[in-house]
Amino acid sequence: MPETEPILAIRDLTVEFDTEDGVVHAVTGVGYDLYPGEVLGVVGESGSGKSVSVLSVLGLIPMPPGRIVSGEAVFRGENLLDLSESGLRRIRGGPIAMIFQDPLTSLNPVLTIGEQISEAIKVHRPGSSAAAARQRAVELLQLVGVPSAEHRYDQYPHEFSGGMRQRAMIAMAIANDPKVLVADEPTTALDVTIQAQIIEVLKTAQRETHAAIVLITHDLGLVAELVDRVVVMYAGRVVEIGDVFSIFDSPRHPYTAGLLTSLPRLDTDVDRLEPIAGQPPSLITRPPGCAFHPRCTLSRGRAECRTDVPELRALGLEHGHRSACHFAEELAAAGRPVGGGTS
Amino acid sequence: MSDASAGTSTAGSGTPDVSLAYESGVELQARSQWAYARMRFFRHRLAVASLIVLVLIALVGVFAPQLAPYGYDEIPLDDITASQNRPPTFDGWHLFGTDQLGRDYLSRVMYGIRTSLWVAIFVALVSTAIGTTIGALAGYYSGQVDNLLMRLTDLMLTLPGLAVLLTASVYLGSGEPLKIGLILALLFWTAVARIVRGLFLSLREREFVEAAKAAGASDLRIIVRHMLPNCLGPIIVNTTLVVAAAILVEAALSFLGFGIQPPNAALGKLVSEGQAEGFELWWLVTFPGLVIVLIALCVNFVGDGLRDAFDPTQRRIRA
Repeated sequence: MPETEPILAIRDLTVEFDTEDGVVHAVTGVGYDLYPGEVLGVVGESGSGKSVSVLSVLGLIPMPPGRIVSGEAVFRGENLLDLSESGLRRIRGGPIAMIFQDPLTSLNPVLTIGEQISEAIKVHRPGSSAAAARQRAVELLQLVGVPSAEHRYDQYPHEFSGGMRQRAMIAMAIANDPKVLVADEPTTALDVTIQAQIIEVLKTAQRETHAAIVLITHDLGLVAELVDRVVVMYAGRVVEIGDVFSIFDSPRHPYTAGLLTSLPRLDTDVDRLEPIAGQPPSLITRPPGCAFHPRCTLSRGRAECRTDVPELRALGLEHGHRSACHFAEELAAAGRPVGGGTS
Repeated sequence: MSDASAGTSTAGSGTPDVSLAYESGVELQARSQWAYARMRFFRHRLAVASLIVLVLIALVGVFAPQLAPYGYDEIPLDDITASQNRPPTFDGWHLFGTDQLGRDYLSRVMYGIRTSLWVAIFVALVSTAIGTTIGALAGYYSGQVDNLLMRLTDLMLTLPGLAVLLTASVYLGSGEPLKIGLILALLFWTAVARIVRGLFLSLREREFVEAAKAAGASDLRIIVRHMLPNCLGPIIVNTTLVVAAAILVEAALSFLGFGIQPPNAALGKLVSEGQAEGFELWWLVTFPGLVIVLIALCVNFVGDGLRDAFDPTQRRIRA
């Protein structure tokens, strides 16, 4: 897949927020590519900058206090960061569409589900008639598995269950045949059984639209289920990129390795989960050098970790697996930390 | 829907349980927000009774030309001394009596309702339109726009209303209902503006607004299509309250002699004319005064009922 041209290329993106306590370095020097038709997982804990890195590109962070300091985001030959507000409006909801985390709060309570989907269609196809928009909206609802779509079209969001609402959100997002679908924690607000259904709907949506999906999540299970390649973020930086198998099998960053060992597993019997020691750093006063070094088990107090920000570098592995750790090779030598790691 | 067809449709959609449940009508009868509001309003007996009274009064106003037994300025020239200053009587159906020119007072009150309600509703609609626009712009754009518009609103609020009204009616000329209405509307928009601004400030942080933005909607579309419908309840409530206030202020203005000019009848004007005659002719003050009180009271009760109806925390059943 990496041989083709990326459909969306984010380069050296730095976003800061001015707050009363100081400047929050939400995203620093982030870059990744999205290839046509793939599912890219952007993972990291809360505040790692995973959402901001995507939202800022679409002009969806409040500015001020937000500020895009540098970087570019090339989509179909255009730098999105250079676009005017009206130019971005053309892109948003059209070729790049979003699915939000909480379908309850992301749907307008006083408009019917159908009105909202039709609305999304009409925004990007000003000429389309109400009847045509309705027709298309009903088809979309059927596509995402909303039963009796014709009837449900005229219902309000509060008459939909959580899972049905998220289906409607997905229908809205794919209404204009997007090339890129950004799903910001699409299953976080749902219960587990519904999550599985929504994953299926996302797969269907991708089959229908052939869109590339950016899946922003902290749910590694969802990543394993759906994703082709993974971007791991920590404290506003990308710490590891690779395809999903090599990341899960042989993580080359101690943070990723820590994340994986902290997961509950069905195939090994452990009494306690092993968390990553310490707290995620403040984004106002980030630790110098590698932001992960105070929590890192690999660093063992080496000076390099404290002084130099490690670059994201290729490790000579297949699928462009890259890691931002000074001592990534040592992890390879230590073997697979997952599975046998707790013994 | 029959079992057979439910079965076939579920095979396609891949979610058998859910679609079966919906198609066999397991869900509760769903109601829209409006349906709930209507339901709660009709449980509010006082509000419903007030609404009925109000509608009747309004109908009297609207159909005054058809209903009134006499014209509002019809002076019985042939028999003027006999018809002057008569107390309420069934003789000639002068139920509200006659005034010092012998005009039938019931007819004058009916025409007065017509004029006063027309002015009040005009004021309510125009001031709501102005206030909503200003409040929405201030709340949506916040920052400098908000500052500017809200200082303008504050300025309007600090002006002594009655003094401005009197001055304005001197300069713009008074007497015509339309002019009076416009002057009043320019004073009444501030409350709506503040309410709408407040609502917009909180609405703009809501995720569905962000979602609309992410779907490529323009500012105007977000304001009109996504945010305003969420403010309709409070706006409607406020509009009804403006109707009540406008009736009272218009009455006060007429009473001071700066409102509707004779021979047009407006309720406030009638009270003021009657008051000049003293207590002997008590019916001249009493009847239009009572109608003013009745309208203001009913509008306020309806407003209360609407406010409760639109308040989603009021899901309980009212007595």
